Amino acid sequence: MIEPGTAAPEFRLARAEGEPFTRDDLAGQTSVLVFYPFAFSPVCTDQLNLYDELREELASRGATLYGVSCDATWSQTAFREQLGVSIEQLSDFEPKGETCRAFGVYHPGGFPQRALVIVDPNGMVKWSYQAESPGDLPGANLIFDGLAA
Amino acid sequence: MTELSSAPVPPVAADDHVRGPADAALVIEYADFECPYCAALSARLAARQLRRVFRHFPVRSGHPRAWPAACAAEAAGVQGRFWEMHDLLFGDQGRLEDPHLWQRAGELGLDLARFDSDRRSEEVIARVRRDFESGIRAGVVTTPTLSCGGVLHPGKVEESTLIELERGFTAG
Repeated sequence: MIEPGTAAPEFRLARAEGEPFTRDDLAGQTSVLVFYPFAFSPVCTDQLNLYDELREELASRGATLYGVSCDATWSQTAFREQLGVSIEQLSDFEPKGETCRAFGVYHPGGFPQRALVIVDPNGMVKWSYQAESPGDLPGANLIFDGLAA
Repeated sequence: MTELSSAPVPPVAADDHVRGPADAALVIEYADFECPYCAALSARLAARQLRRVFRHFPVRSGHPRAWPAACAAEAAGVQGRFWEMHDLLFGDQGRLEDPHLWQRAGELGLDLARFDSDRRSEEVIARVRRDFESGIRAGVVTTPTLSCGGVLHPGKVEESTLIELERGFTAG
């Protein structure tokens, strides 16, 4: 996966209404990209619920969380609404997995690895982490370690 | 700014909620009162010779009544009835709205005005938050999670694990 100290790649994701979200949208802020395998799956549900509980603590550190998956925008929106979380969702649906590949987190099974990437305000990767298995849920403490690194 | 980077599960503090024989093996539970798996595990732990520490780990979006329930337990604790409220909350998770919390407080003979004030107080909220943050720092990601001898056991706990815990980490 993408290593700390390298520039975030060019990429194009889709926001909820289909508008593009690109590397330029990361400029000037610290972004935490949460790559997750599947909307509505059990571990992804726990993960977004847990991280959403910490959004104020993350915001106080100037960090914004984004959920990234290969699900369609409609599915992501339904997922976010069902959970009642506010983490913005970004879709890597078409071309499928292209952004995941650019970050080196595309699982051979056709979905994102469970991975976390922190991009600093200058567009450089500050920290990255990939779970040993897509079924492993990285603790939120790792994000705070990454932000402090 | 609250420190949330990685740290081990904190040892038992003077104001932790602890019950069970003093010489039994110690388990720390991270749980929330709206989590059915937590209620089930709590009943299983109660049937074992274990010294239990309860710590709150409420996640609002998954369990919207977990925070109010945690604060209700702490408010009961202010009047010396934490474990009684703990048992009443786990005993009927389908009734966790405010009137149900007041009803339980009444059943326990609590000073209701004080209970209602305490459960919304900064001190009680901070107490619940302290438990939650200690879990976050230790890498707790789900409920229930048991911590025994520095090892986390997230989610479903096999009966054989409980037996091992009961036998293996005697504090005395």
